[in-house]
Amino acid sequence: MNKITGSKAVIKSLLKEKVDTIFGYPGGAIMPIYDSLYGYKNEINHVLVRHEQGAIHAAQGYARSGNKCGVVFATSGPGATNLITGLADAMIDSTPVVCITGQVHSSLLGTDAFQETDVIGISMPVTKWNIQITNAKDIPFAIAKAFYIANSGRPGPVLIDITKDAQFDEIEFSYSYCNRIRSYKPTPKMDYSLIKNASEIINIASKPLLLIGQGIILSQAEGELLKFVNKSGIPVASTLLGLGSFPNKHPNYVGYLGMHGNYAPNIMTNECDVLIAIGMRFDDRVTGNTAQYAKQAKVIHVDIDKSELNKIIPAEVAIHADAKKALSELIKLTNTQNHSNWIGKFKILEKQEYQQVIKNSIMPESGMIKMAEVINFLSKKNDKNTVIITDVGQHQMITSRYYKYNHSKSNITSGGLGTMGFALPAAIGAKLAAQKKNVIAIIGDGGFQMNIQELGTIMQSKVDVKVIILNNNFLGMVRQWQEMFFDKRYSFTDIQNPNFIKIAEGYGIKGKTIKSRDDLNNGIETMLKSKGSFILEVICEHEENVFPMVKTGSSVSEIILK
Amino acid sequence: MNTYNISVFTENNIGILNRITIIFTRRHVNIHSITASECEEDGIYRYTIVIKNSEEQVIKIVNQIEKLVDVIKAFYYEDKDVVYQELALYKLPYETFKNQKINILLKRNDARIISIDEKFVTLEKTGNPEEIFELFQILKPLGVFEYVKSGRVAISKPMKTLKEFLT
Repeated sequence: MNKITGSKAVIKSLLKEKVDTIFGYPGGAIMPIYDSLYGYKNEINHVLVRHEQGAIHAAQGYARSGNKCGVVFATSGPGATNLITGLADAMIDSTPVVCITGQVHSSLLGTDAFQETDVIGISMPVTKWNIQITNAKDIPFAIAKAFYIANSGRPGPVLIDITKDAQFDEIEFSYSYCNRIRSYKPTPKMDYSLIKNASEIINIASKPLLLIGQGIILSQAEGELLKFVNKSGIPVASTLLGLGSFPNKHPNYVGYLGMHGNYAPNIMTNECDVLIAIGMRFDDRVTGNTAQYAKQAKVIHVDIDKSELNKIIPAEVAIHADAKKALSELIKLTNTQNHSNWIGKFKILEKQEYQQVIKNSIMPESGMIKMAEVINFLSKKNDKNTVIITDVGQHQMITSRYYKYNHSKSNITSGGLGTMGFALPAAIGAKLAAQKKNVIAIIGDGGFQMNIQELGTIMQSKVDVKVIILNNNFLGMVRQWQEMFFDKRYSFTDIQNPNFIKIAEGYGIKGKTIKSRDDLNNGIETMLKSKGSFILEVICEHEENVFPMVKTGSSVSEIILK
Repeated sequence: MNTYNISVFTENNIGILNRITIIFTRRHVNIHSITASECEEDGIYRYTIVIKNSEEQVIKIVNQIEKLVDVIKAFYYEDKDVVYQELALYKLPYETFKNQKINILLKRNDARIISIDEKFVTLEKTGNPEEIFELFQILKPLGVFEYVKSGRVAISKPMKTLKEFLT
């Protein structure tokens, strides 16, 4: 058998895992791997980013819009530490990403060598699994294991750190896929008696409410969810990451949960008699004050991650299972019901929200453009080929509130970590995984500047992404809190922005700035019709607040409309 | 707040101790004692971790430990559900050895001499932390050079076997 280098084994292993796209940035300690990659230019599309954080967010966008794990290359030291924010983001939002970092020669480990950092130690709290390879023969299995771990169970990021000598050393290459690790049980054995208990509770419930999260998307349970809802007649509310897994236009859809979610599902969380939570983890942005959360309800919680059960909200029935599997069984045992009277109560609250918040947000009669207008307008052009990427802040909450998500995987955002700077690189990855889709990133003026360098990646790799900058010349969400909770002391939230369109021009990207309501239609049309990437800057009302709001420490039912 | 004994069975991989302790650090929980060694199954390591906390917190910690890829299984027990011991060594002046009463003292405290060197003798005692500390107090007037105690090792009383989790 012919021997090959460890670095070539890396590439061959990735090909075995059907990797065709890598986001990365070369550097000293990963040079042998990059040298091997040079010989596989036809098989693998390497996207040269402008910063390693951009690489991992792109890989996250790639994983979330497509069906494949994202792959990242970075060098040792600063290359590796630049991945940390993205690893933490992928960890908390359950995104499968495999990162491969170069490391100094094994004889230099622990000696403070040039560009040496303990990336294994640093990344440990923010990876599902990581490993350092100092011997070329361990490369193929480490990669097989990495893909298996990243993709199975509750997905997450993994990191493989490979010393330079292991990249140079020669081995006889053979590859076997990993499908079992003795200490790791990604597929829970579902307890059918719990499904029976749950269905009995559901069947006698008069005011049931179903909360769905990203687990529906990750387990591809959208079809089962729809069947379950159609049969049981239960109203459905979604978390931020669950948006899109259930069609907004469905009559049983009652809205978006949490701090800036819709009025009805927040209020009704404290009215329902049975709360069924599937593939969601009761984040504090969803629950508000847990001491006053759904105390009157019997809680049924389904999650693939056992440590999420009873972690925040104690469950009457805690089902450790894959969402798809649990839903398929629940469908069988659930009675056909109609909860239209109960759903009617949501609709009354919905009307109240419409009158007091929504109407004026989407159809203001005067003043500067409001963010919600832009999103509402864009949403009307919603089709199944649109993927919306949001960054973090007011524009994110506005988009989640006003965009009508009707298709799974049409919503990609940084939820758990709330990483500003996520959207621009994530949009690049999302587009590359779903070339036929229209990828639109909606970003605030603050977040856009956090990874603005990725415009270079868009330019070089000719990625067709549309970007809407909702520019209110403020770090808006923090400003809103300063207004509401810190006596309007706007401490360093007034941000001075550059000329975004000129910057885009520098990267060869077309753009346009809209200031007047009358130009909005035209502006969005121009953006959507433009060939290639386009940046639409919309100058928005400076001090707009996002409402409704569940204030920190408040109960969900204390949600305020203004 | 109660004392809990957490038994963690893991693969023998680099970094696993770090991954386990991170879970305690994140939740701002202090580890009272921790020991690790190979167990009855080849290549599997057993950690005994003692913490003081509420049962509710301990369950959450154990679930998060068990979630780690390299962890096979984790259990938690109250003191009454385990048989446990600690081990202490005491380094004393050589002259102590010549003291007639030392043998009586050792016998009464269930301790023994494990080495005699030119300038010092080393005593060993296993037992519960109270007994071990009591002996330290008794030996103090004789001039203790060094005193060191291990963490707790514990065996569970319930007859669960690790094997059922190894399939």
